[in-house]
Amino acid sequence: MSGILNSSIGRKFAMALSALFLMIFVLQHFVINLFSVISPDTFNEISHFMGTFWVIQYVIQPILIIGVIFHFVMGFVLEIKNKKANGVKYAKNYGAANSTWMSRNMIWSGGFILAFLIIHFIDFWIPEINTKYIVGDMSGMHNGEFRYFHELQEKFVPIWRVALYIVGFVFLALHLLHGFESAFQSTGANNKYTKGLQGFGKAYAILVPLGFIFIALFHHFTH
Amino acid sequence: MSGKGMNLTLKIWRQKDASSKGQMVDYKVTDISEHMSFLEMMDVLNEQLVNSGEEPVAFDHDCREGICGMCSMYINGEAHGPDRGITTCQLHMRMFNDGDTITIEPFRAAAFPVIKDLVVDRTSFERIQQAGGYISVNTSGNTQDANSIPISKHAADEAMDAATCIGCGACVATCKNSSAMLFVGAKVSQYALLPQGQVEAADRVQNMVAQMDLEGFGNCTNTGACEVECPKGISLENIARMNREYLAATLKG
Repeated sequence: MSGILNSSIGRKFAMALSALFLMIFVLQHFVINLFSVISPDTFNEISHFMGTFWVIQYVIQPILIIGVIFHFVMGFVLEIKNKKANGVKYAKNYGAANSTWMSRNMIWSGGFILAFLIIHFIDFWIPEINTKYIVGDMSGMHNGEFRYFHELQEKFVPIWRVALYIVGFVFLALHLLHGFESAFQSTGANNKYTKGLQGFGKAYAILVPLGFIFIALFHHFTH
Repeated sequence: MSGKGMNLTLKIWRQKDASSKGQMVDYKVTDISEHMSFLEMMDVLNEQLVNSGEEPVAFDHDCREGICGMCSMYINGEAHGPDRGITTCQLHMRMFNDGDTITIEPFRAAAFPVIKDLVVDRTSFERIQQAGGYISVNTSGNTQDANSIPISKHAADEAMDAATCIGCGACVATCKNSSAMLFVGAKVSQYALLPQGQVEAADRVQNMVAQMDLEGFGNCTNTGACEVECPKGISLENIARMNREYLAATLKG
């Protein structure tokens, strides 16, 4: 057990586990966001619950942040190590002959997702933390009603932000198109069920980011 | 045949020895038959070079029938060139057209240093094998009947598929991370699938992976390029099996 993170396969496994965790997180985030389209009241209720329930705030949220940081740091560490293993660069290398663009550019799609996450944190997460823990307002209210849905709508008024979010989700889709399947392979799950899993992975990788894009556009055009 | 062959421009990596700096050099060959293998085309070039008093291009080759794993070469950006399921000796010139420019480089990886021109040192693979790619059975005079331990057809087939790996290193050469996991995965699998190999399976996978890391190979990111370029069609399932074997062995302690 000791030093498992010092071995190539151990690192790969840790990368896959954090990826699987983050994919579950993205899915629940998507489901909650979807309520903002279906029922603003339910969206407000869930947002308030998620934002104030101690298990989520003090247990799950820190795990999530550690998971995100770990996945990024390990991603960059592996990229640097792998570059070092390369030796002299090929004069001609025809990567498209044997692998997908997504699989060869995880560091780029991942890097853009990181940039998007920073913007997303500045937009939503930091103001939330400020209101709740710096200002000390845990009520979730503004002018006598829940503020969450209203804040969400206001954020998607400027078209540049909507465009930025769309770009972010395109990169998420590209990352997931390789990442979903890759995470299972890394944990050793490659068997007779893999074909079905691959299909599900492709659907997840396209539908979830597309859903996020739809939600952003929906609020831009309906507010 | 004369006059109907192909005229080609070759861009070949020339490097005097391991410590010299190499460079790409252009050569022209004429009247190359489409029926020649790629290595025969290289022979034509070398004869030409020897006749004009130049140093011939050094390249690895041995059996020339696709089983020894010696011939390497990164041709037009792909390990063993543009065809599938073949080694360079099985690549035919009919895959190219008259007037083509062909780029020929050695297999690249920090763990495969160039010895000369297109010849690379692949002894890192041998050291990985020495770390555990065998079974410790005393075969001197008391060999048991092979059929005394029944093995399922499925396991036998999978083990045999893994064992077809010829250790050519195309997987490493083609991998953007210079990872050796397809090779090690195949070697781990061919033993782990059989009862004779299972006795030492846990130690084997840990020792072979440790040696693989020590040699400076990169980490697999599951692009699948190795599986496509492998002359023997070794499947990615072998890497997944190695991952399972390794994690189980390591977590059990």
